[in-house]
Amino acid sequence: MIYLDFIIGHLNYWLFIVLMMTGLYIVVARGNLVKKIVGLNIFQTAVFMLYISIGKVTGGTAPIYPVDNQGHMQVDPSIIYSNPLPHVLILTAIVVGIATTSLALALIIRIREVYDTIEEEDILEIERKLSAADNKTHGPAMGGRA
Amino acid sequence: MIETLINIVLFAMLVLTALAVVRINQLFAVVMLSGVFSLLSALLFVTLDAVDVAFTEAAVGAGISTVLMLGTIALTARTQKKSTRSGMVPFIVVVVTGAVLVYGTLDMPGFGDPNAPASLHVAPEYMIGSIKDIDVPNVVTSILASYRGYDTLGETAVVFTAGIGVLALLSGLTRRRREDEEEDV
Repeated sequence: MIYLDFIIGHLNYWLFIVLMMTGLYIVVARGNLVKKIVGLNIFQTAVFMLYISIGKVTGGTAPIYPVDNQGHMQVDPSIIYSNPLPHVLILTAIVVGIATTSLALALIIRIREVYDTIEEEDILEIERKLSAADNKTHGPAMGGRA
Repeated sequence: MIETLINIVLFAMLVLTALAVVRINQLFAVVMLSGVFSLLSALLFVTLDAVDVAFTEAAVGAGISTVLMLGTIALTARTQKKSTRSGMVPFIVVVVTGAVLVYGTLDMPGFGDPNAPASLHVAPEYMIGSIKDIDVPNVVTSILASYRGYDTLGETAVVFTAGIGVLALLSGLTRRRREDEEEDV
């Protein structure tokens, strides 16, 4: 049953891709800016899960050596540990993710201050009206375009 | 076997949360669901042996980011306007992207494979070096702070830059609001 083994071995990657695509759908299909950021976070978390699952080793445990009463590490070669490297990379990514999220939220607050809305469609409509008004006043001077 | 079952249950809850985010128009509920999503993913990280990642995700994803989003919706809007666009084109784009990604996973090593390329090169050296060179029981700590200390330094620089950016964007927010109110009067 080589096919069944293959499917079980890859099922978790496909499940994470489903989550990732749900996040992408929210980013593309929903016009509210806060909701777009939530979608982006879902996408991001799914990528983290994909990375962490690459580091998982069957029968393994968390990569922390047990310590005895005197504070000496007990190294037992028969214990299997999962790969710690993806964990480190994703720790960095989580912190960078919150930094970019907070910057995006600050931008949303500024957008709301200027346009009085956080809906993408409304912002585009206001922009269209502004450029049409510009075209009317400055159009001829700029060769019909403004 | 029991581990697989836990993974599948957690994953089902994650998908339901994400679908609820797609459907709901109340932004408060959306932000809360995003916190729930982070906590569920922290549980999934525990089952994948990444305990350090799990508690960072619980603190940062479910804690700080929820607070920041609540602050944002308090300053902006509480509900989402119903979208007038059809969801068909984004749906097709998403399905095509997902199919390409699934195609990309076909030659990846299986889940939990001890001979996967990711587990073969520097990772065993770090595991041994953590005992001999660094003497820290938690291997994630010794890589984060020592072997890949420059990564962490770069991360600090990114967070610092983002903090300056947020301050620059939001400085004078209350002052401008007060001036607007005075103009209205």
